[in-house]
Amino acid sequence: MSTAEATNVDQRVISLRNGTMTTRVLVGGQGDPLVYIHGAGGLMWDPFVEALAGRFTVYAPEHPGSGESTGLEELRDLWDLVLYYNDLLDALELPSARVVGHSFGGMVAAEVAANNPERVSKLVLIAPLGLWRDDAPIPDIAGIPSEKLVELVLADPNSPLAAFLTPPADDPEALFQAAMRMASILHFIWPIPDKGLDRRIHRVQAPVLLVWGQQDGLVPPVYADEFASRLRQAEVALVDGAGHIPQLEQPDEVRERVLAFLA
Amino acid sequence: MKSIFFHLMPYRDLPPDFEEKYESIWVTPPNDVLCDPEKVQQYYKWNLDELELADRLGFDGVGVNEHHQNGYGFMASPNIMAAALSRRTPNNSAICVLGNTLALYAPATRVAEEFAMLDVLTDGRLIAGFPVGTSMDVNFCYGVTPTETRPRFREALDLIMQAWTKPGPFTFNGRYNQLRYVNPWPKPLQKPYPPVWLAGGGSVETWELAATQDYTYSYLSFFGYQFAQKLMGGFWETMDRMGIDQNPYRAGFAQQICVSETDERAEEEYMEHVTYFFNKCLHIPPYFFEAPGYRTRRSTEFAIKTNQPGEIAKVALLEKNWKSLVDNGFIIAGSPATVADRLIEAAKTLRFGNLHALLQIGSMPHDLTEKNITLFAEEVIPRIRHLWADDGWKHEWWPIGADDRSTV
Repeated sequence: MSTAEATNVDQRVISLRNGTMTTRVLVGGQGDPLVYIHGAGGLMWDPFVEALAGRFTVYAPEHPGSGESTGLEELRDLWDLVLYYNDLLDALELPSARVVGHSFGGMVAAEVAANNPERVSKLVLIAPLGLWRDDAPIPDIAGIPSEKLVELVLADPNSPLAAFLTPPADDPEALFQAAMRMASILHFIWPIPDKGLDRRIHRVQAPVLLVWGQQDGLVPPVYADEFASRLRQAEVALVDGAGHIPQLEQPDEVRERVLAFLA
Repeated sequence: MKSIFFHLMPYRDLPPDFEEKYESIWVTPPNDVLCDPEKVQQYYKWNLDELELADRLGFDGVGVNEHHQNGYGFMASPNIMAAALSRRTPNNSAICVLGNTLALYAPATRVAEEFAMLDVLTDGRLIAGFPVGTSMDVNFCYGVTPTETRPRFREALDLIMQAWTKPGPFTFNGRYNQLRYVNPWPKPLQKPYPPVWLAGGGSVETWELAATQDYTYSYLSFFGYQFAQKLMGGFWETMDRMGIDQNPYRAGFAQQICVSETDERAEEEYMEHVTYFFNKCLHIPPYFFEAPGYRTRRSTEFAIKTNQPGEIAKVALLEKNWKSLVDNGFIIAGSPATVADRLIEAAKTLRFGNLHALLQIGSMPHDLTEKNITLFAEEVIPRIRHLWADDGWKHEWWPIGADDRSTV
């Protein structure tokens, strides 16, 4: 897709819970509705989301407490977060939609689909958190140096994507935003990202595509089987040459697989 | 000024290559490799002997604190140490527990009960310290969600204060503590409750709490009084803004101190142990210092505005030779006269009336620690004791059962 044809992206600000929470939602594209839930990197209209917008009307909410979305303190736990997503989908007038979630956003998408199976028609989980194996522990992302994080997340740590993972040390505003964004996610997954999805995931009714980078050092690909074995209808796309952000590390392959699945 | 001998209780025999070989002194130093219980058996005895000596020699108080999985201070329960001290401090020093890390305890009635027990055991000599706690202890060692650190602290404090002031039994419906029946036996001996001292590393919210509730605030830093100026300035500005008086006894400060017969001798005797402390005991990677969400949005902004991370990093990079450590105020060291002069300068600069004197530092052996304590008690305390009393300030946060030696 050339730049000239880039999607016109609108920004909506949704007020929820009697005005105690405001959520920024990027909306763009044409077609059936699709909800994209971002991970710890924050809300970005990246090339993958742009590709989704070529076929669907994409709604990309910004997680509470990160960026310009407020009201994290209103949400005590994951159960609150799931109810919040119900409120948000109601406010966006989306009784049902395709849902794509990445990393923590994948965990959230799975929780929403487990709690409200009727709201999710098809589900794409890209390297989701949410399950735990003692023999394949997910590293503590807050307890490692940033260069180590890059090695865990990217198949090629020298790729330009590394810049997204490490805010420049001399940019206080960027450091502040990164800390707030990470805090807003750790709020729901500290100290171990196993909050009971295992006991709910059987409720998901939608067909699920699991996308996993074969070199994912953060959430190792063994978790693809853990998810698949608990779901009624699941297929796994293992992507070589990709780590924890396969949709940006191997954009062509992931785009084709995801769009074919969602069609 | 009140002098409290504050003991961190460090491991005194870490291997020479510790800081090269291991990630951190805190959270992850492998216990089976590095922590020999038979050595600790000896340390605990020395530590208590040293604290008891301070009582006998006339310190105003003795102090202990709480840390977890930490090679420079493994007093997981300071209340156990305080209980041991309660029976062996005949000179009636204050027992300063600074403190119990409230966010770790639910129900926090446990703290209300244990502090009340200590207050009764010590005949009303307890200072009840309530630190917010470090990210290492609260988030990494005890698994508390970083964004819950402060809400848990606040709720625990509320519950404890109610437990000490309201007639029991009563019901407490909190977010983290839900109790049908709160009714601790006994309540504290001191009425309405022991003096409450907060401790922290510079959160705006903690200062405001000290102001609204009339608690003291202690800044527990290892970087000395010069580095602390901006931060304590912020504390006093907050007091001023909130209409609180400038009573110096509202503030405490922790300072590493080395006393010898002469300035030269101090360097000879203490350099090795001070170096051990700064190189090994402060060997903590930056990511453990502050899990994202440990500070509030507001305090994170304040920290960035005042360039706190930058300054701490700068301090960490400073060459830790004797001259630099002394010149930058990381340690106050030398003859009794030198030490007293600099302490008075520090106390006036930061305006504090409670000195947490760190006199056992790093690998410092028992006999040298006793010398440091003795010289401080006999030759420094008499020179600094009257600092604020001469200006007419009264200590309103001193336990009623402890001796007031300000007129000695």
